[in-house]
Amino acid sequence: MSTQPIIVSASPHVHSDRTSKKLMYDVVIALIPAFIVSIYVFGIGALIVTSVAVISCLLFEYLIQKYLLKTAVTITDGSALITGILLAFNLPSNLPVWMIIVGSLVAIGVAKSSFGGLGFNVFNPALVGRVFLLVSFPVQMTLWPTAIVNNSTVVDAVTGATPLGVIKEGLQYGETITQMSTKIPSIIDMLLGFTGGSLGEMSALALLIGGIFLIVRKVISWHIPVIMLATIMLMTGIYWFIDPEHYANPLIHILSGGAILGAFFMATDLVTSPMTKKGMVIFAIGIGIITVVIRLFGAYPEGVSFAILIMNAFVPLINKYFKPRRFGSKIKAKIV
Amino acid sequence: MLKTFPKGGIHPPENKITSTKSIKRMPTPKVVYVPISQHIGIPAEITVNVKDKVEIGQVIAKSSGFVSSNIHSPVSGTVTKLDKIIDTSGYKKQCIVIRTDIKDESNFEDIEYPLKKDISLEPKDILQKINESGIVGLGGATFPSHVKLSIKEGAKLDCLIINGVECEPYLTADHRLMLEKAEEIIVGIKILMFALHIDKAIIGIENNKKDAIEVFKNLIINEKSIKVAALKVKYPQGGEKQLVRAILNREVPKNGLPLDVGVIVHNVGTIFAIYQAIQHNKPLTERVVTVTGKKLENASNYWVKIGTPIKDLVDEVGGLPEGTRKIVNGGPMMGKAIKNMDVPVTKGTSGILVIHEDEASRGEQKNCIRCGECVDVCPMGLEPHLLMNLTEKGKYDDASNEDIMTCIECGSCSFVCPSHRPLLDYIRFGKHIVKKLNTAKN
Repeated sequence: MSTQPIIVSASPHVHSDRTSKKLMYDVVIALIPAFIVSIYVFGIGALIVTSVAVISCLLFEYLIQKYLLKTAVTITDGSALITGILLAFNLPSNLPVWMIIVGSLVAIGVAKSSFGGLGFNVFNPALVGRVFLLVSFPVQMTLWPTAIVNNSTVVDAVTGATPLGVIKEGLQYGETITQMSTKIPSIIDMLLGFTGGSLGEMSALALLIGGIFLIVRKVISWHIPVIMLATIMLMTGIYWFIDPEHYANPLIHILSGGAILGAFFMATDLVTSPMTKKGMVIFAIGIGIITVVIRLFGAYPEGVSFAILIMNAFVPLINKYFKPRRFGSKIKAKIV
Repeated sequence: MLKTFPKGGIHPPENKITSTKSIKRMPTPKVVYVPISQHIGIPAEITVNVKDKVEIGQVIAKSSGFVSSNIHSPVSGTVTKLDKIIDTSGYKKQCIVIRTDIKDESNFEDIEYPLKKDISLEPKDILQKINESGIVGLGGATFPSHVKLSIKEGAKLDCLIINGVECEPYLTADHRLMLEKAEEIIVGIKILMFALHIDKAIIGIENNKKDAIEVFKNLIINEKSIKVAALKVKYPQGGEKQLVRAILNREVPKNGLPLDVGVIVHNVGTIFAIYQAIQHNKPLTERVVTVTGKKLENASNYWVKIGTPIKDLVDEVGGLPEGTRKIVNGGPMMGKAIKNMDVPVTKGTSGILVIHEDEASRGEQKNCIRCGECVDVCPMGLEPHLLMNLTEKGKYDDASNEDIMTCIECGSCSFVCPSHRPLLDYIRFGKHIVKKLNTAKN
């Protein structure tokens, strides 16, 4: 007999080897390809922005938990790390360091801790931080450094708009899509990430690799990303089909801006997305529609962040009304 | 495509270590402890006194109501005490202590009855005999079988399902029984079909027991009315409602029974017990128990007399290994952890699982990250995270409205929760309170 006491607990006595920590670090791993591309494209700026965001998110989480809330410190669970990376991925690579720190404070302090910490937040913390910076510092937040690889002679100081920004601006000046075609990067460039934009949303390909990794590892289900992107594609496709001179083609809408980053990494945030598959479908369609409406008819060229945050607010309602079907409810007993 | 139930379910590591070990006979213990409540329902009434001599198979406690069951002496010997001892529930329960007569050879015989195919009893007598023989559901629920078989006039019943799923990891008692007593089980099925006047029976077996599927397929080649359904391996397919859905695509209504969709389900162990009762006049005094665990020296399957202390079983397989931290009566998903090794084997004991310290402790509970895994795996379409939350806050009416009472306590939610939340613990507690509240209301 062993000297240690026998444990008596209720069943089940076995557990799957998945833990929330492993899920979180899978997300971190999935973000690595996009991070590598962003360093390749933007150089040291991408590294600085990401490090500052990650370190300040972890630090704020630690300080708030230890000194303000006086609870157990859980900074190793990976959630603040993800918030930091995703926040950085949604920022221009030349944003001043102090702004990044402010954004991190808003993300961790306001969007996460004030709701009760991990699992209780209604809105995606990284997006709250991002949107806070966007409305507070609109100029700095929309000055996108151009990809270094395209402008190897001039490293700094060159800024340009995102493809979506170019189109929005062009349309305001009465240009047609054909007239703007030289200013819009090619589909291949957008796929690989050689355009302007936030540092993590550059390469659709790298993000897709990470996203597929998450689906294969069953960290996220395919429902939200696929349906959200399909909705964007369908809606923009209809407009493009009707009037290709004033509406960009659906591929541009999918590949540029934060559509793919948002679809695979932000909208699928476990905490702030619906519980059931049915709910996820509604949620994803909602994000797709709001994104397209903002992009085509709103003041901002990009609308993924807002769309996700708006739909985040509906998640409790979606969870309430789109429940799984109870076994044995509302059926006609059929006897053969 | 193998059949299965569509919503929810999990596939925990199977660990069927003992699936190749044929069933051995556990030596008859010197003393047996026979609880009078080994079934769901009213405990049986003791009919013997201290110092009485009893024979094997003699009724020592008789059924005390419709939902109750006879208890028979597993040994011949002398009643030494009518005492309260701790059973699997952890509470002290009334039990009959019998000292085995070591001079009586019948205690140590291993009788192999010849296969008897002809059914001589009339349907009514068959049901009567099942009632008298103290047969209860041996899959673990221990619901008295005669109650299940008492079908009201006019009820539509067209199919008997035999549950050979054994979806619990580790357990192989039913698997071995199917391999070794297949012909007897087929006769048992015919007895029930005859007694209930039904002409369709399907044996449901998960595909990790291919040998058992083969054995039955070969035996029923000339039987038109009996079929074998190979099922995809998925827990909790052995649950009656999941099994009926998997095999017949019929959904038992909420709060209903399989009978509501014309089906009756019996475990293979129960079918074998019925065979023995009807054909060989043998009451239920022993059953197959899997004694297993990753670190056990000789994990195997045994014929065990009811009332044998679990300690005897563990000693038989080489004693508790170093570092044992948990002993489970049943499988790892739904079995009950026990502390006291003197707990006797009862009619519902399908296995004894010894768990090493590596796997005995639960993970640290973390915040719910609202991943929805528990919702995905719940075979009853419930929202375990919500039920736990409502129970935690004392909102029992809301929990009741969210169908907490339909939970079958399979534990899939607790198994998958990446934050190690004790979902099922709370749901059980919530169910307990809701049940009390409902009783108070009526």
